[in-house]
Amino acid sequence: MTPLLSVQGLTKRYGRHVGCLDVSFDLFPGEVMGIVGESGSGKSTLLNCMAGHMVPDAGRVMFDTRTEGPVDTVAMAEPARRMLGRTDWAFVHQHARDGLRMGVSAGGNVGERLMAVGARNYGAIRTAAGDWLERVEISVDRIDDRPGTFSGGMQQRLQIARNLVTGPRLVFMDEPTGGLDVSVQARLLDLLRGLVRKMGLSAVIVTHDLAVVRLLADRLMVMKDGRVVEAGLTDQVLDDPQHGYTQLLVSSVLQV
Amino acid sequence: MGKAIIAIEGLSKTFTLHNQGGVVIEVMRGAALTVGPGECVGLVGASGTGKSTLMRMVWGNYLAAAGRIVVGDLDVAQAAPCEIIALRRRTLGYVSQFLRVVPRVATVDVVAEPLLTLGVDEAEARGRAMALLSRLNLPEALWSLSPTTFSGGEQQRVNIARGFVHPCPALLLDEPTASLDARNREVVLGLIEEAKARGAAILGIFHDEGARARVCDRLVDVADFAPAAA
Repeated sequence: MTPLLSVQGLTKRYGRHVGCLDVSFDLFPGEVMGIVGESGSGKSTLLNCMAGHMVPDAGRVMFDTRTEGPVDTVAMAEPARRMLGRTDWAFVHQHARDGLRMGVSAGGNVGERLMAVGARNYGAIRTAAGDWLERVEISVDRIDDRPGTFSGGMQQRLQIARNLVTGPRLVFMDEPTGGLDVSVQARLLDLLRGLVRKMGLSAVIVTHDLAVVRLLADRLMVMKDGRVVEAGLTDQVLDDPQHGYTQLLVSSVLQV
Repeated sequence: MGKAIIAIEGLSKTFTLHNQGGVVIEVMRGAALTVGPGECVGLVGASGTGKSTLMRMVWGNYLAAAGRIVVGDLDVAQAAPCEIIALRRRTLGYVSQFLRVVPRVATVDVVAEPLLTLGVDEAEARGRAMALLSRLNLPEALWSLSPTTFSGGEQQRVNIARGFVHPCPALLLDEPTASLDARNREVVLGLIEEAKARGAAILGIFHDEGARARVCDRLVDVADFAPAAA
């Protein structure tokens, strides 16, 4: 099986400081990969380099495109990478405000993505937007409201709808449940799990929350000081951690 | 008896505690056993001898230090994560003592999930989940609620339903009757007997001696795999 995403030797430095160093892994279709580590461990840098938001100093990010097979997206021309970002990739930001257009209605936020990939029929776009609002459990009555009038959890669900409406194959998520109340988190986790399963999505999720990765991720990478110190099946890394740092991380979680 | 569905040989386990002076604890050495189709093998031995550790190595959430753990055609001890994920979806089921679920998800959906993952139609998956919950005497009023607030016995029945809803060729059972009353214990033993009858290979831990005597064809004492005895 060809990996959907193959990251090879990805490195990013900020001057003398290491962002991420020589990170390699394969992600297969339908798989969810979690990346955990403390603040400053390099997990967000890695995510941004993979998603094309940052230019890595070294390494390749091979993506299995629909038409040409595996292509190095780092070396790709900017317009082609942007198109990939609209059609095959999605990026869910920690703060919904960074991923939404706050001056545009909820329906507009979702419809805009469709228009970016060529949809022109207003009725069809509005219908698709309404359908997606329902899928993320936002009442269609709110289609003309701006996201600023939504709660944090609703904004996050709207951001997910905006991202998934174009039927991407790979979703990057940066702390998708961070900053939300735990009850809202649970609903979002259930929603994400359902969408991953129904759409056959692959996802890379960066978080510092081990409970979130246990429930969402098939595989896990643990980062420290820009390096991957341990990787494996999620429950194996959490239940039988091999690296001292992972052991410390797992044993530091407060039990409820 | 056909070819073994679960075959373990030369299996060892060590834990290295990096944050406690790098102490290496060897907990198991040279473990070996097989489970054939339609067979139920019970793991016995005092607490702390490694029954659960052995089960977890088969499930793949504990890493083996050495040895082979073949389930179906896959050596779990050497397999890549994606191979273990596929094995768990189709071939290997596990009823653990803990229920780990997304909070606020309805019980019926928790039980139906393994089928949905396999691509079974939603209505059929939910129908099969409901039939099993009903057989396990879980009141219908609870089906639409999250199991996180259920009693120990109720959670265990949800776990059992989730483990039995897809007919896996191999099944791991960690004390499946521990907190059940007589009537529900009987239902679970019936499920185990049916799984054996359809040819499933079962590896289980049963502290309930009556249950063990009824469903286990053989017993394996994990004390034989203690490093000191090897």
